[in-house]
Amino acid sequence: MSAISDGIRDDFPALTQEINGHPLVYFDNAATTQKPRAVLDAIQNYYEHDNANVHRGIHELSNRATAAYEGTRDRVAQFINAPVHEDIIFTRGTTEAINLVAATWGTVNLGAGDVILLTELEHHSNLVPWQLLAQRTGAKLRFIPVTGDEGTLDLSDFDGQLEGAKLVSLTHISNALGTINPVAEICAQAKAAGAVTLVDAAQSAGHMPLDVQALGCDFLALSGHKLCGPTGIGALFARRELQEAMPPYQGGGEMISKVEFHKSEFNVPPHKFEAGTPNVAGAAGLHAALDYLDAIGLDAIHAHDTELAHYAKERLSGFEGVRIFGPTEDRGGLVSFIFENVHALDLATLADQQGVAIRIGHHCTQPLHEKLGVPATARVSFYFYNTRSEVDRFIEVLQKVINLLR
Amino acid sequence: MSVTLNSIDELADNFELLGDWESRFGYLIDLGKELPPMDAADQSEVNRVHGCQAQVWMKLRPEAAGRITIVADSDAFIVKGLIAVLLIIYSGKTAKEILAIDCQVLLDQLQLAAHLSPTRKNGLFAMVQRVRELAQAIQVEATE
Repeated sequence: MSAISDGIRDDFPALTQEINGHPLVYFDNAATTQKPRAVLDAIQNYYEHDNANVHRGIHELSNRATAAYEGTRDRVAQFINAPVHEDIIFTRGTTEAINLVAATWGTVNLGAGDVILLTELEHHSNLVPWQLLAQRTGAKLRFIPVTGDEGTLDLSDFDGQLEGAKLVSLTHISNALGTINPVAEICAQAKAAGAVTLVDAAQSAGHMPLDVQALGCDFLALSGHKLCGPTGIGALFARRELQEAMPPYQGGGEMISKVEFHKSEFNVPPHKFEAGTPNVAGAAGLHAALDYLDAIGLDAIHAHDTELAHYAKERLSGFEGVRIFGPTEDRGGLVSFIFENVHALDLATLADQQGVAIRIGHHCTQPLHEKLGVPATARVSFYFYNTRSEVDRFIEVLQKVINLLR
Repeated sequence: MSVTLNSIDELADNFELLGDWESRFGYLIDLGKELPPMDAADQSEVNRVHGCQAQVWMKLRPEAAGRITIVADSDAFIVKGLIAVLLIIYSGKTAKEILAIDCQVLLDQLQLAAHLSPTRKNGLFAMVQRVRELAQAIQVEATE
């Protein structure tokens, strides 16, 4: 049994509603998570009491806003065990964090023929930025293959694939299949081969304990909204030494130290990469989210997510004609599946009529779906506020839907 | 249940009679299942209608007296049902008649919108757009 009580749902106002006359069953957490009252209050409180622009002001409100913003930087550093808070660059989310690395580090470090090693599991946000960079620099993309429906990485030729690789960038947990990749081992081997490493932690941050020093990665990207925080705020962990050598990302206020009409000197990292007025309210919300998650405990959250995924998988496998994706072991809190002769779109539409929110489509992993030979899959993804009885309700709804469609 | 229908009014009446979502969707799915099949060769990129989360193919076939038969298919049942609804609205009419139809009014009459997500509505709109574009092309060709 999970250590997390069902009573925790009371913290989430959005979870108490009915959809189409049925209690909401929210199983689209890999897309975004619901927000606890503590996060909503932190945002409200920031705007009611502390709102001002950061860093430059001399007045009290500006001091408070700066303290809130920089306090979150410390908090994020602590949350992922970054050595120093300067390692944390605020971004809009994982996508912008990866684009920042491609645009800055990538531009000065990659050239014609250099290899960017990715995996076939990657979300478009950890694929398209590298395609754009490859077009600009002449670098080449290479992919670690995935082994069929199990969705685990085939690392049998990893050494060979590292040949010529300047960067290895991969997801920690696959958003499409739930695979938890052996990131620490991959980073260690990549590092030994002289490659820089980036971990896309969009699905793992807030779902399991994260320690960038234990993972041994150079960059790590995460989104606030996928871990109970607000949308529009995320973070890039970037090792200080790498930041020093990276050119600016965007130009504007905050990122400069001295500006003349024809040239500028830039602020020190990480501020050099944060042009313009940042998302201070988002940072306040993110701080509250991280406090909230730590109070529950990341180990307990991971155990709960995983238990629900295994339970859902077990219940799903009772259906005739179902094909379930993802690994048996080392699975995050999501399950993707399809039914023979039933389109995932029909499933999701009819499930929604009964208040069950699931995701369908290619989950921003079109090449992976191409490889699996399916245009779309249905996905249920869990968080600590989901319950076994919700999984039971989902199965009951699914049975009704299948009957209607067959 | 017989799903042979001649007019949108008849369809609207049937929808009205079927009170809950389950029977309405069941009915829509049955309509889709009775859709005449489209040749596999026609399920091609050139006939593909983009904008729907499912795959949709559509072509317009000119018949005698300027009438147009719409041939369309999808890999999702509910989408096939929506195609069947569009066929009731458009198929067998002339290009001029097709272009004069305000589809929105008819779809509102069916009160389908309440059950369709914005994404799904975009998909339906993409199909309506394609019918109109193809009818427009046929009309232009006929007047040239």
